[in-house]
Amino acid sequence: MFMDIILNTLITLSLLGAVMAVILYVVAQKFKVYEDPRIDVVETLTPGANCGGCGHPGCRGFAEACVKAESLDGLFCPVGGNETMKKIAEALGRAVVEAEPKVAVVRCNGTYEKRNKTTYYDGPSSCAIEHSLYMGDTDCAYGCLGLGDCVAKCTFDAMYMDEESGLPMIDENKCTACGACVKACPRNIIELRNKGKKNRRIYVSCVNHDKGADARRACGAACIACNKCVKVCPYEAIVVENFCAYIDFEKCKLCRKCVAECPTGAILEVNFPPRKEKVESAEETAVN
Amino acid sequence: MLKTFPKGGVHPHENKFSAGKPIEKIELPKQVSIPVSQHLGAPAQPVVNKGDEVKVGQLIAKSTGFISANIHSSVSGKVSKIEKIIDSTGYKQTAIIIDVEGDEWLPEIDRSTALVEDIDKFTAEEIRAKVAEAGIVGLGGATFPTNVKISIPQGKVCENLIINAVECEPYLTSDHQLMLEKSDEIIVGARLLQKAAGAKKIYIGIENNKPDAIELLKKKAAKYQDIEVVALKVKYPQGGEKQLIKAVVNREVPSGGLPIDVGCVVQNVGTAYAVYEAVQKNKPLIERVVTVTGKSVPKPSNLLVRIGTPVSNLIEKAGGLPEDTGKIVNGGPMMGKAVKDFSIPVTKGTSGILLITSDEAKRPKTYNCIRCARCVFVCPMGLEPYLIKNMATVGMFKELQDERVLDCMECGSCSFGCPAGVPLLDYIRLGKANLNKILRSKK
Repeated sequence: MFMDIILNTLITLSLLGAVMAVILYVVAQKFKVYEDPRIDVVETLTPGANCGGCGHPGCRGFAEACVKAESLDGLFCPVGGNETMKKIAEALGRAVVEAEPKVAVVRCNGTYEKRNKTTYYDGPSSCAIEHSLYMGDTDCAYGCLGLGDCVAKCTFDAMYMDEESGLPMIDENKCTACGACVKACPRNIIELRNKGKKNRRIYVSCVNHDKGADARRACGAACIACNKCVKVCPYEAIVVENFCAYIDFEKCKLCRKCVAECPTGAILEVNFPPRKEKVESAEETAVN
Repeated sequence: MLKTFPKGGVHPHENKFSAGKPIEKIELPKQVSIPVSQHLGAPAQPVVNKGDEVKVGQLIAKSTGFISANIHSSVSGKVSKIEKIIDSTGYKQTAIIIDVEGDEWLPEIDRSTALVEDIDKFTAEEIRAKVAEAGIVGLGGATFPTNVKISIPQGKVCENLIINAVECEPYLTSDHQLMLEKSDEIIVGARLLQKAAGAKKIYIGIENNKPDAIELLKKKAAKYQDIEVVALKVKYPQGGEKQLIKAVVNREVPSGGLPIDVGCVVQNVGTAYAVYEAVQKNKPLIERVVTVTGKSVPKPSNLLVRIGTPVSNLIEKAGGLPEDTGKIVNGGPMMGKAVKDFSIPVTKGTSGILLITSDEAKRPKTYNCIRCARCVFVCPMGLEPYLIKNMATVGMFKELQDERVLDCMECGSCSFGCPAGVPLLDYIRLGKANLNKILRSKK
């Protein structure tokens, strides 16, 4: 009697298991989804940061796009850079498409010293909200609000707020140009620019579109659209639009002539060695 | 039992210091700056040039679309320049700046104070045309062009015209004082609006904290069968269109709909007065009543101000800027916005200038949400502010549409009621702005 129960149970459960296994097998065959095994290979080559900087939903999305696309044109992983792209091209047997490495640049130099606070903002600590409420606590309606929406969005720990100047700073070694900060800034101050030879860059650190006098009144480091830089540039890389100069990084040959010419110091040079001329002139005066 | 709207609402301190103060005229300023965008919709196009002589009431900027409004000169003098000036938020917008010389009015404007009551002289069409010509916008603060509101779209019927005399914002008394001084004119203005919209009945909704105005208007309206003055229980934000309709005629405007969908048109009492002046006296909208008030203001007052007068002149008239001023607010304490600079001009939508002391101006310290659901309880639109805030913080803007975030009228009850001091409304505004951006890009 007791054995019967055990036997019956065993038989029933084994049969049930077998039937279920058959059903599962049939269904698995019927609804099989073919996935290109190369997608997995490419995914392992990506950095795995899932930052979305390439414009695809995560690294797997990028891998899928790479495998599906005919060529790698227009597909670029800003985090991995050329090295990763070369590996992916090798794995897929396609031509390598190189791209200039980029870096995020904050186009505002309105430090506490240069730009006086005229009102006091005590709302929520978010640039997007301050921007939607009013022009901000200084007289510049275009400049950095200094509440760090960009820093909060950076997933690579490449940004921090500088307490002395009140502006966000970018660590160019950590920045991968994923563009998260560009999207986070409500005033479109941050731009992705070419990293440049030896990491050297020249850019206009101002986006103020007011007339020169108004811009100057609001901030000591504002671009006043005097056009001096346009005249001095030998490569026609600088344009002034809406009372604000912009240097095209594709045309700029890093000659640094505009930097010396700017009366407000709105054009910044990064990672250049100190100027020779100054030393020479100092020597000259010493001789004289 | 007094009528009111059933859902949500709060009761802030009323602080109506300027109540009962007669409307005073303010001296003409030396210079006025009249922005070309004082209304919802497309900015007006200037039709005068630098150096032109203008008279009071002359058209200086023309409306540029269906939802737009004419702008008239509020002073006589010379156009000194047309340039960008900062508005109350600090961002720049175009304004016409006029140097004042004398006070010469256009001859067709009737400046007498005698009551004119020629309602039968005009057809509905003519009234609408005159309202549009005079550049009248909703004077409650939303500044929606009035002629658009009283042009009833095809297939819709306007049954009730509701005159909004609630003035639920604390501190403000401009509408209250206007009702006490110009009750006859308001009734005529309301009847003109009734004719233009084709409404069967007029309701005048007044909160019960203004018993003198209720009594006066009841007396004046007694001879008309179709005008009813409705006393309402004091509750903020009863002056919201949808809340007022619910309170007075017990109809609910559907989400995303307009009052006309339930057969109602709501007009502010100040607008009714402006319509009276435009139709019966040929006077365009060039001045309005502005309350200047605050706890430490020496002389809280109700002032009749020409559009374009700098706010600093108003403050001077009310006894000067108190030393402990922390914020200057354009509008009432609940929905008004702090201004950046007091050289900004009075516009058609300025119902009050409120000087808040520095103690009051401080925002409360923000603590974590304690999930008490007070914001849900007080929201008059039945939204869930805490949820909207959380979604806006993490960037779920598209999903906010299902939470009906666009129904929010930014009354601020949620932030007012929050015991943890969470600035809910700021985040809701952020969500609204971003959702609107997404919806616009889809079009």
